[in-house]
Amino acid sequence: MGNPIVFFILAAIAIAAAMGMLTSRNAVHSALFLVLNFATIAVLYIVLNAPFIGMVQITVYAGAIMVLFLFVIMLLGADKLGGVVGEDKWQRYLAGFLAVALVVVFGIVLAQGGGVDTGTATAIDSSPAALGMRLFEGYVFPFEVTGVLLLTSMIGVVVLGRKKRGKDA
Amino acid sequence: MPDVTIDWYVALSIILFAIGALGVLLRRNAIIIFMSVEMMLNSANLLFVAFSRHLGDLNGQVLVFFVITVAAAEVAVGLALIVTIFRTKQSINIDEINLLKG
Repeated sequence: MGNPIVFFILAAIAIAAAMGMLTSRNAVHSALFLVLNFATIAVLYIVLNAPFIGMVQITVYAGAIMVLFLFVIMLLGADKLGGVVGEDKWQRYLAGFLAVALVVVFGIVLAQGGGVDTGTATAIDSSPAALGMRLFEGYVFPFEVTGVLLLTSMIGVVVLGRKKRGKDA
Repeated sequence: MPDVTIDWYVALSIILFAIGALGVLLRRNAIIIFMSVEMMLNSANLLFVAFSRHLGDLNGQVLVFFVITVAAAEVAVGLALIVTIFRTKQSINIDEINLLKG
């Protein structure tokens, strides 16, 4: 499942970008760190024999979603709003403790489940054509529901974003 | 040089998920909290693709599509909510958003 050196370099970049997003005081910097994180994960998808998912990751996540984020940040002038933590310092320690506890719990599960590793399967055909066939053979109903979800969210955004009539018009 | 196994990807996914959760808990800027949620969704996607490769099963990659779609819808609605809140309160600090009716 990929070259160890490539994996370590990509993992290091991904974790560093994630930490950069977490600690940046400027929201624009956070968004750009997140773009770097998404791009790194897209490269990992390509390493994992999922080139089409990698391209979707770049276009949809790093392209569309993050542009939306940056647009809202700049629209609101929110790049300097909100400190790293609230006024209470105990929240910071509690959050750190909870995050470490999360990693420990997952780590225990990972250590216990380590025995099921039966070696990697042979690479499968993951071309866009094969993915499309699988999508429309086994997931037609979820696909239709996805369409309804997108329409609903689109209407919701239009309703939310509309200015109230007669209010600071 | 050891081979890269599924466990390495699970570990990377765990770390990214924990950093995302830490961001949700620590930060007070609603936009940053949304970005952290996106990162947690992404770590789950990475796990889907890694197991898809590990088991030689294409279904994991199809599920990633649905996760990306739901994430896109969620971001659109969430950012619209943030813009609406900012219009009324002139702030997106979640410590100051404490009223059900603003």
